[in-house]
Amino acid sequence: MAQLAAVVGVGQTKYKTKRKDVSIAGLVREAAQNALDNAGLTWKDIDAVILGKAPDMFEGVIMPELYLTDALGCNGKPMLRVHTAGSVGGSTAIVAASYVQSGVFQRVLTVSFEKQSESNAMWALSNPQPFSPHLNAGAGGYFAPIIREYVRRSNAPYDAGIKVAVKDRLHGARNPLAHLQLPEITMKEVEDSPMLWEPLRFLEACPSSDGACAMVITNEELASQSPGTPAWIRGTAMRSEPTMYAGREQVNPQAGIDCAKDVYKQAGITDPRKDLDCAEVYVPFSWYEPMWLENLGFADVGKGWELTMSGATSLDENGDIPWNPSGGVLSSNPIGASGMIRFAEAAQQVRGQAGGHQVDGAKTALGHAYGGGAQFYSMWVVSSEKG
Amino acid sequence: MRDVAIVAYAQSDCQGNAGAQNEVELIMPVLQEVYKQAGITNVQDVDFTCSGSCDYQQGAAFAFVSGVDALGAVPPIKESHVEMDAAWALYEAWLKIQTGQAESALLYGFGKSSPGELPIVLSQQLDPYYLAPLWVDSIAFAAMQARMMLEKGLITEADMAEVVARSRRNALANPHAQLKGEFSVEQLLAEPMYESPLRKHDCCPVSDGACAMVICTVEKAKEWGKPYAVIKGIDHRIETHHIGSRDLTRSVSTELAAEAVGVGNGPVDIAELYAPFSHQEIILKKALGLNNDTVVNASGGVLAGNLMMASGLSRIGEVAMRLIKGEGKRGVAHATSGPALQQNLVTVLEAQ
Amino acid sequence: MSAAAELLSQEFTLGYTYTRTTGPVVGEFLTALRDRKMRGIKGSDGRVLMPPMEYDPVDAAALSEFVDVADCGEVVSWTWVSQPRKAHPSDSAFAWALIKLDGADTAMLHWVDAGDESAMKTGMRVKARWANETKGFITDINGFVPEAVALVADYVESDAELEPISGIECPSYMTYNFTAGKATARYLAQLRNGKLVGQRCPNCANVYIPPRGSCAACGVPTEEEVELSNKATVESYTIVYIPIPNNPIKPPYVIANLVLDGANLSFLHLLSECDNNNVRIGMRVEAVWKPKEEWGYAMENIKYFKPIDEPDMPVEQIGKQKSGE
Repeated sequence: MAQLAAVVGVGQTKYKTKRKDVSIAGLVREAAQNALDNAGLTWKDIDAVILGKAPDMFEGVIMPELYLTDALGCNGKPMLRVHTAGSVGGSTAIVAASYVQSGVFQRVLTVSFEKQSESNAMWALSNPQPFSPHLNAGAGGYFAPIIREYVRRSNAPYDAGIKVAVKDRLHGARNPLAHLQLPEITMKEVEDSPMLWEPLRFLEACPSSDGACAMVITNEELASQSPGTPAWIRGTAMRSEPTMYAGREQVNPQAGIDCAKDVYKQAGITDPRKDLDCAEVYVPFSWYEPMWLENLGFADVGKGWELTMSGATSLDENGDIPWNPSGGVLSSNPIGASGMIRFAEAAQQVRGQAGGHQVDGAKTALGHAYGGGAQFYSMWVVSSEKG
Repeated sequence: MRDVAIVAYAQSDCQGNAGAQNEVELIMPVLQEVYKQAGITNVQDVDFTCSGSCDYQQGAAFAFVSGVDALGAVPPIKESHVEMDAAWALYEAWLKIQTGQAESALLYGFGKSSPGELPIVLSQQLDPYYLAPLWVDSIAFAAMQARMMLEKGLITEADMAEVVARSRRNALANPHAQLKGEFSVEQLLAEPMYESPLRKHDCCPVSDGACAMVICTVEKAKEWGKPYAVIKGIDHRIETHHIGSRDLTRSVSTELAAEAVGVGNGPVDIAELYAPFSHQEIILKKALGLNNDTVVNASGGVLAGNLMMASGLSRIGEVAMRLIKGEGKRGVAHATSGPALQQNLVTVLEAQ
Repeated sequence: MSAAAELLSQEFTLGYTYTRTTGPVVGEFLTALRDRKMRGIKGSDGRVLMPPMEYDPVDAAALSEFVDVADCGEVVSWTWVSQPRKAHPSDSAFAWALIKLDGADTAMLHWVDAGDESAMKTGMRVKARWANETKGFITDINGFVPEAVALVADYVESDAELEPISGIECPSYMTYNFTAGKATARYLAQLRNGKLVGQRCPNCANVYIPPRGSCAACGVPTEEEVELSNKATVESYTIVYIPIPNNPIKPPYVIANLVLDGANLSFLHLLSECDNNNVRIGMRVEAVWKPKEEWGYAMENIKYFKPIDEPDMPVEQIGKQKSGE
């Protein structure tokens, strides 16, 4: 059976539009070194490296793990590269956990990154491949119609998305690493920001960031010797479904529902709103908070927006179930790392190391990532208690 | 470690140009074949699925997303993907089985290399500041490596030709092979240089295709009542990307992986080595400590057809199928990635 | 219908000019190149690594101690490229070589302009040939040449005060010859004739357009072709206020998920000839085709869809109707 594994070190970079001071290796290294320092370890302590990032075309470096071997101290060690679209940061963490849970490795480093400023993330991928679907209106062009359908079904007020956009930026203002620092943001400012893909406004969409995130994961014995509180990995789950098939439920995808049920079962969670102290959930467009509140079982179907509007997910309103205390994807979005940041921030909460965005007394937290056409999911539950 | 059983393996033909077959059309037939071999209906009958592919082969981002369309992943499945050869997808799945979170897994690797200029495409996997802007093709690394071997007296051109002649001959018995035939060493040595000291036949061809495999716990294999081969050990290592800091006449990372899985702990009857260039087979044999009692690349190896992103998993599948057929008791399979064998994976397999 | 699919192939270029930031180590090396100088870096074990690494290959330490290295040295290994590829740095035959520069302990990879293979030899001395204009890029070394034939530098040293290199532009463009899959080729061939033809899954009987040769839900190949009408229903939509690069459509424009009558999956297309504020889920629309002489193998044969005078379709019925089997 699976061995217990825990996060004992977390490292992140500062997230920015363009990190002008570092190479790709320098960016990745910064997060990795911070994670080692946080764990009180050195490069020689690491048994293996598991790297994740979104498409190679973002940086134009094919299989960058080959070039990054030296920056990650991996010469002579095992290196694996995961790619599961936007969910990759989460999937990579889960694969890294399996290195330790399998008993094959004692202590591994996992890293994910994106240096989006090297290209243009939205359009670098819209290459003119012949005979392929002709219309590309960016990620928002894909997701906005799904959001519209959510609004229709749920009768949500028009400003539920605006509320999320404000809430996550206020959270981000507590997190010095967050890309967007908008401590004065108001509902009106979001509402007045340019419409991009109706009903999505500019300030309801995520930024494009450079950044990297890393974690050190160890087995039970080594975790118990680590300097900080370990974040015990209580459950991990992944689910995939095809992008397009007849009858696919796109607003509330089955893969997300199944993934959440799986991870809750492993972690002994029966009522996520009650049993979890906070959640870091991949919300790249504001409306995905109410949608995922329902998908992940925090609210009944059609009622997610009520939770959002009530302030339940806000640190600043003393909500009972803060979502994205770090500021979330709406505050920082280095795509390949965004999922791992959610997983790492969940770990920092239960380790009591979240600083200015710490949820008081957080013991158990959810990390969530999704990708592709909302078809790839990865989730974990971490806790300060072994369970 | 738990023993893990390989119960099914299938590979498509290595085609120089698969033309109008897209990735899904390449993957589906090999999936159907492994389902049949394993006696299962579809992807819903395994606990985990993992694949390997590379977006740059065909020049389209998210190649693996269309791969998912071949699976029938409704209801949703537990699935992952490595942007690597599918041998590393096997590794991920093997770990998953070790954790006890899965009892069985489906693996596949696929790619169409023919649409691009592969040696140039692969130049973009090099250091992005020092090497990629020079467009150093993948053959150049192998050629400089071969010259070092030749000039240090570690191999002769005849040794390289012998590897090719044996590959072509062995491929005659492999229906999926792309290049096959009877050639003498003399005939091959009479061919002109390509990127010297490599002749064209010293380099693997460009191929399109896919392969798939089903693995499971030994208990599950018994329950399914299918013959199987057992993965006794699997390990992979990478080495520095700084080409000047490597001894190119050796494969240090293969040596480390071989040591970790105990290749030398018993006789090796058969081996399949992912050697895209003839001289690399000789480097790898040495790194793995194989002697002449081992039958190497009975399939013809990748010199007879190289399904990038599937070839590594294919090597493991080839050994497993031969062990199941009784061609040996213990075998070794190897996979590689990166310039001049930068990253290597070694598996030890045993007959049931 | 002909059984054999038309083979549709077309070249395309995948590329982008990446804007890389170099960080201090790579930046210092490239800044030195711009000054026509070579700089290596001292590794943890004291060896001089060339080109300079940011992190030591043995103990992973961050490196920072630069060492001047000569612009000449010895060929450690090489290969002769008799027929250069388009992307290669030389149009005529050349050698790739591993070159150990004087003062460095590791060889670096670059190319040698030797004229003829017979001029190449392991152990030979070569010297960097500097580009006439340097800009802080690896190609500032315009290849190496045999030391015996190296010219004394004839370029003018610039004494302009230049900023250190911290960023570079890396054009990465590659040509692919893309061939459409069988189902796509069939579909596009029909589109060229003004017909919308989808495929039905033999298992679940749902009809897909554009067809992809498989039913993603069932994981089975699809072959049976079904001709569909020009009429469709809006499943959902968005009004886009940002321009599509390289596309003449001016924002705001409506992109809708449309389900053709008889089909069970939507696709995205433009909606026009409508009041953007009056687009509704369930709205009935039909295709507006370009003039026949402009038809090609592309969905753009349909300029856009426009509303028609039919009652809206109830939401729960959109995409759910199975066409005659």
